[in-house]
Amino acid sequence: MFQVRIHGRGGQGVVSAAEILSVAAFAEGRHAQAFPSFGSERMGAPVVSFCRMDDRPIRTREPVMEADAIIVQDVTLIHQVDLFAGLSPEGYLLVNTSRSFDELGLGEFFGEFHRDRLVTCPATEFALEELGRPLPNAALLGGFAALTREITLDAIDTAVRERFAGAVGERNAAAATAAYRFVTLAEEELVRAATN
Amino acid sequence: MTTQPVRFYQVGSFAVGNRLLPDDDRTVQSDQNRTNSLDSGHRACQGCGEALGARYALDAAMRATGGRLVAVNATGCLEVFSTPYPETSWRIPWLHSLFGNAPAVATGVAAAMKVKGKGDVRVVAQAGDGGTVDIGFGCLSGMFERNDDVLFICYDNQAYMNTGVQRSGATPPAARTATTEAVGPEPGNVFGQGKDLPRLAMAHDIRYVATATVADLHDLEEKVERAMQLHGARYLHILVPCPLGWGSAPNDTILVARLAKETGLFPVFEAEYGKVTAVSPIRHRTPVEDYLSIQRRYAHLFGEHSRTDIIARIQAIADQNIATYGLIDDEADSRGQKEVTA
Amino acid sequence: MLRQIEGSRAVAETVARCRPEVVCAYPISPQTHIIEAIGAMVKAGTLSPCEFINVESEFAAMSVSIGASAAGARAFTATASQGLLFMIEAVYNAAGLGLPIVMTLANRAIGAPINIWNDHSDAMAVRDSGWIQLFAETNQEAADLHVQAFRLAEELSVPVMVCMDGFILTHAVEGVDVPEQSDVDAFLPPYEPRQVLDPDDPVSIGAMVGPEAFEEVRYLAHLRHLDALERIPSLAAAFAEAFGRQSGGLVRPYRTEDAETIVVALGSVLGTIKDAVDGRRDAGERVGVVGITSFRPFPLDAVRDALSGARRVVVVEKAFSVGFGGVLSTDVAMATHDAGCSLRTVVAGLGGRAITRRSLEEMLAAASRDELDSVTFLDLDHGIIERERARMGATRRSGPSAENVLRDLGTVASWIG
Repeated sequence: MFQVRIHGRGGQGVVSAAEILSVAAFAEGRHAQAFPSFGSERMGAPVVSFCRMDDRPIRTREPVMEADAIIVQDVTLIHQVDLFAGLSPEGYLLVNTSRSFDELGLGEFFGEFHRDRLVTCPATEFALEELGRPLPNAALLGGFAALTREITLDAIDTAVRERFAGAVGERNAAAATAAYRFVTLAEEELVRAATN
Repeated sequence: MTTQPVRFYQVGSFAVGNRLLPDDDRTVQSDQNRTNSLDSGHRACQGCGEALGARYALDAAMRATGGRLVAVNATGCLEVFSTPYPETSWRIPWLHSLFGNAPAVATGVAAAMKVKGKGDVRVVAQAGDGGTVDIGFGCLSGMFERNDDVLFICYDNQAYMNTGVQRSGATPPAARTATTEAVGPEPGNVFGQGKDLPRLAMAHDIRYVATATVADLHDLEEKVERAMQLHGARYLHILVPCPLGWGSAPNDTILVARLAKETGLFPVFEAEYGKVTAVSPIRHRTPVEDYLSIQRRYAHLFGEHSRTDIIARIQAIADQNIATYGLIDDEADSRGQKEVTA
Repeated sequence: MLRQIEGSRAVAETVARCRPEVVCAYPISPQTHIIEAIGAMVKAGTLSPCEFINVESEFAAMSVSIGASAAGARAFTATASQGLLFMIEAVYNAAGLGLPIVMTLANRAIGAPINIWNDHSDAMAVRDSGWIQLFAETNQEAADLHVQAFRLAEELSVPVMVCMDGFILTHAVEGVDVPEQSDVDAFLPPYEPRQVLDPDDPVSIGAMVGPEAFEEVRYLAHLRHLDALERIPSLAAAFAEAFGRQSGGLVRPYRTEDAETIVVALGSVLGTIKDAVDGRRDAGERVGVVGITSFRPFPLDAVRDALSGARRVVVVEKAFSVGFGGVLSTDVAMATHDAGCSLRTVVAGLGGRAITRRSLEEMLAAASRDELDSVTFLDLDHGIIERERARMGATRRSGPSAENVLRDLGTVASWIG
């Protein structure tokens, strides 16, 4: 089972992101489960959502405490929420920011993790470019696909278009593709850096 | 041949014997083929105004709808005295659910009839004043606001009679009830409280609102018939004296109801879409003492320590009603009706 | 067709395929998505004929349903928590009148303190109302139970409440095979009321009944529930034949064959418990679980049979009776009173507190060592309790406990679970 936790703020499509990811996994023939952190949160409040993917039926209903991947949609949460709680040492981290982990002051914090599994991605910029609105969720799913290889970009693309009709779906899919390319390149950089 | 128009107030009661009228003008109640929707044998008290009002109203509604009628009943005297298990006095389809939900239950019945393609079946909901102005008001306001196809009839006897005469939001000032006892410096119910439900109904801009008393059978039946010709939310508020709760003689029920109207304490009128369209003028303006003094619930206002001050305050309410509704008008027609031009 | 959809959406689509004729809506989380989706279907004309009525309260929602059902229409509504309590008088009334209304209950805690999250306090509050109460383990089962609920309700003239965990199920997106219209039509015949408001055949419904017959009328209601104990398994079997999957029934045992310790629970937590049971099995403990689908009527015989081999029974409950302990436990105790097994109550998941596999496994391990108290509150923060008790002991005007406790906890936004 692969467990994903998504952190963001109300209004950023955090819940939708988990749902779209689950739809994409479902389309690839896997069992999937997505659910929100069940709050009555208003715009801007910290929000968490969860997605599980497995080849077997998923029975558990607990929140994702031990995550295989964490997506952070809003970097301003870093010092407010225990974002990385329970992240597996083998886990992946994707943070929506144009800055690096060092610039965020997190460089040393990640010692125990695989450095090439931790990526920042300016998803909001891709969203602004494609959508004209700061909704980074679809872009981050593209980045997630590139980072984890748990899901294909095609599946994300289809799920995003299923969720958002017409031009909005088109542009979200484009943002996802842009982020996918960005993270793929960043990954190559990291792997290169690791091998040198 | 000269004709003499019949005037209703020829007899002391202002009523007119049906035998003096052409067939078409006779009341539903005078018709031997009336439904008897609320049949004899029920357990109401002697002189019960509510039993009269319900029988008149529902028989008229049955005639107006060709017998295609369902009645929904709130908990209260009417429900209790009409259906002691295993007997029922209802000869029409009748449903009792709870005290406070008759308007909503009626909405459900009307919705079911519509969805079932039985739109010809009409719905009347009925409750006492407690079930209307107090515990049922939320549901009633909702039914009004949605403009559901229901005629809601309030049989107003001005207190919770079924439970032993406790104050309701329709209890008038100074009236003694079991929870507004006739003791202390301000005996009976306080002034300045209470809900004027007909006005509240009008504030919802519903199709039709009317008031009536059991003293004028022709008027009551005509209003029911008028209401059943219309669709959407409609409201009929009928004053029904309660000999038990009011302390009036059972054989004075009609008299007491008539005096409520003739003093101006109970304005009888019709309204459409929130505007008064007709009022029943006062024929013989009567001081409120005449109405109050024959009811024991006001006994503390009379006798050795007569409270003329309180009586004057009640008279002021009557006078205000007369002014507000224009209840005194010599030009009213022979039926005692005055058309109001907007 | 299996689709990855939200639980509420799956239920709404399934209910629509049951062709309800009057649907009432009053918003309360977490059931709103269900009623919103049905409203959109009626508005769009895809669910027709159907009257969708926005009412002014839950009390009105159930009251409109009562009127509609008594007039011969198939009636549906949904609610949760405070909404259920606000309509409770009408909930009892619908059952007393024998009107086959179906209602989704998106289980949620009851305040105060106000709390929108999941537990079973609402369902337990109407346990004795005369409604049949069926609990769904998954969203697939939640959808399927509605199809069975309409048929069960209408066959027996008893209202049925389908309980699904608020948020945990209602807001979870997972694979659900929404029953096809043609299959539902074949399974669920049109509503043929036993009593109906009909001008051509007038009856009085809702008469006053005194001491001379009240007990008999109530006993008849009890008999209909006993009939339901027969019908629920046979309907589940008929459903399995028609739809090709198991949903509903009275009880559902998992790995109980040789189990010394058997957990009993209701609803979606069964999934997590099954994972925990597997974990304890891997550790060599003989543990199983019995899920109860039909909470009312309570299947005493089926529960007794399912627990027959156990030395220990642990009832995990998302509700409790303040000043006493478990609610479901009392029923299970009735079923096992002569079975010679110990019975423990574990209160868990109140107000949406996550019930984790880890905590469940620790609890089960303690149970296996016979170290579980008769009533245990899972993951209770004893430090918080002690601090507030100390405050209350120190001063009369200690203030509202809920706020004091929140102040002690500090920022909760950082919590994950």
